[in-house]
Amino acid sequence: MAQTAAEPVIRVKDVVVDLKANRILNGVTLDVFRGEILGFVGASGAGKSVLTRTIIGLLPKQAGRIEVFGIDVDELEGSDHRTIERRWGILFQQGALFSSLTAGQNVEFPMIEYLDLSPRLITEMAITKLEMVGLKPDVYRKYPSELSGGMIKRVALARSLALDPEVVFLDEPTSGLDPISAHEFDELILTLQRTSGMAVFMVTHDLDSLYTTCDRIAVLSEGKIIEVGTMDVMLASEQPWLKAYFHGARAQSDRQVAAKHLQRS
Amino acid sequence: MTAGTLTLIGDQTGGDRLGLAAAGSWTAEYAQVLESRLEAATRADPRVKNVAIDAAAIDRLDSFGAWLLERALRTLQSQGRQARLVGLREDYRGLFDKVHAGTQRLTPEPPRQNRIIATLESVGMTMVTVGDDFVRLAEMAGWLIAALKRVAMRPLTFRLTSMVNHLERVGWRAVPIILLITVLIGAILAQQGIFHFRKFGADIYVVDMVGVLVLREIGVLIVCIMVAGRSGSAYTAELGAMKMREEIDALRTMGRDPVEVLILPRIVALIIAVPILTFFGAMAALYGGGFVSWLYGGIAPEVFLSRLREAISVETFEVGMIKAPFMALVIGMVACVEGLQVEGSAESLGERTTNSVVKSIFLVIVLDGIFAMFFASIGM
Repeated sequence: MAQTAAEPVIRVKDVVVDLKANRILNGVTLDVFRGEILGFVGASGAGKSVLTRTIIGLLPKQAGRIEVFGIDVDELEGSDHRTIERRWGILFQQGALFSSLTAGQNVEFPMIEYLDLSPRLITEMAITKLEMVGLKPDVYRKYPSELSGGMIKRVALARSLALDPEVVFLDEPTSGLDPISAHEFDELILTLQRTSGMAVFMVTHDLDSLYTTCDRIAVLSEGKIIEVGTMDVMLASEQPWLKAYFHGARAQSDRQVAAKHLQRS
Repeated sequence: MTAGTLTLIGDQTGGDRLGLAAAGSWTAEYAQVLESRLEAATRADPRVKNVAIDAAAIDRLDSFGAWLLERALRTLQSQGRQARLVGLREDYRGLFDKVHAGTQRLTPEPPRQNRIIATLESVGMTMVTVGDDFVRLAEMAGWLIAALKRVAMRPLTFRLTSMVNHLERVGWRAVPIILLITVLIGAILAQQGIFHFRKFGADIYVVDMVGVLVLREIGVLIVCIMVAGRSGSAYTAELGAMKMREEIDALRTMGRDPVEVLILPRIVALIIAVPILTFFGAMAALYGGGFVSWLYGGIAPEVFLSRLREAISVETFEVGMIKAPFMALVIGMVACVEGLQVEGSAESLGERTTNSVVKSIFLVIVLDGIFAMFFASIGM
């Protein structure tokens, strides 16, 4: 897993997506490299989720090319899709846990579907995954309706990590969490990413997440990627929307907090 | 990618040391084979007191492989041996530590009950829920009456728009399917009647049978069963989905009573729609019966009509129509009670919707029986 850092796991080139006659994405080009955490920001309704859903194949694209692990997704047929789907994990915004299964069964689900393992090992792996995302093993038997929002996100993360994916897509992982849980979640993603070397594609609005976790940030505006780069590039950018985003009132106070945080540690 | 392997290194028979060498890909793909290898290794000679697993040659490790190694170490240690992992690549250390930190401590499931006791218990629980259902229906009736009282005091608060919308959905849009089904039922009744009555030369009595049966019983029953399946289920699913998404709670916090806003308009719409549908249904069934009597039984339409006039009275028609609004009330109440009981999961929504249809059809038939006794005793 510790291969060359410059190898892209996902290449998006000139992708155009229309939804009900509205052009949402108009020529998006973006690479996600192996082992990096890419933060993906943009105004609400700019099409961040649309791009994520297009990459994972839930939405059709009108033009352009998407390569995942060096394979053009348009050229995939039938069972090849499964081999790709096995290599990525997706955390949906609301968790999207299967409500009729327990947390443990949710995590076991992809393992049972894709792997041929003994029931004992599957159970143990599900508990291991739940513990890896910081939950107590007892959550294994609880139903999603019995869990809090933060726990649902963690179980959903455990499920997206069930097959040790090479890329995970996180759609606003910290939205709806209190600042402490959100911070813990960021740390969790960071440690999991470091231990497994996976690439993370994270749609987020959380400036703290961007500061603490992301290696690079991509900004989507008016259907195009207007800037890609590290936090320093974002802060130095003269682009008006970016200035408002990273130098706005909330950003300022966040940066002060971040600076204090750095001083202390 | 090379397959993950586990081999014994060095022949240490008789000694108390055992060396194992792990190599290749220790990933999910090979986990099944590796699991059995490791299990075999943990069943080593009891004299072995010291086991070392050399992980230096592992070139790919994922959480499955890491857990298998960790599990083997734990098993060996629980057998009272020394066990350790050596030579693991630095970049896999973090993953292994993460897996190592897990406790796997799951509180044991409560022991299974004796099967007979469990069966008896489930029968008992079912009976209790049946009792609860009646309590809930009574409760719903109470809420409805309270809401009606409030609406009667201030008629402008009645949700007329909502009621008309539901009336369109459960009444107007149900007309085609109700007509189609009742025409067919009337036709089948007539055909069967003629087929059997002909043996006694009593063909003409088929008109009496179709007329009385359709107007008193079949018309209203078929319509109610259709409405329960078509609209009752929709009510349950709608209210259930609203309950799941906390819309009902939101309504309550804004000081609006869900019964008044959501349930009353729905039930009023049903009470208006079902008698109308019953009327249309009964007419369509008579039409279907008359048509088949003409084509199949050779009873001319004029004869059919004059015979029908003798066979039935307005009373026959009234008996059917009187029942319709009560049945609508039962269907609506059951549907709403079930809808409000939906909990978080999709499964619960499905279960409640099924229950709603089954219970309302059952209660409609029970109610029909009660009405039959009532009308018999008052001589209608």
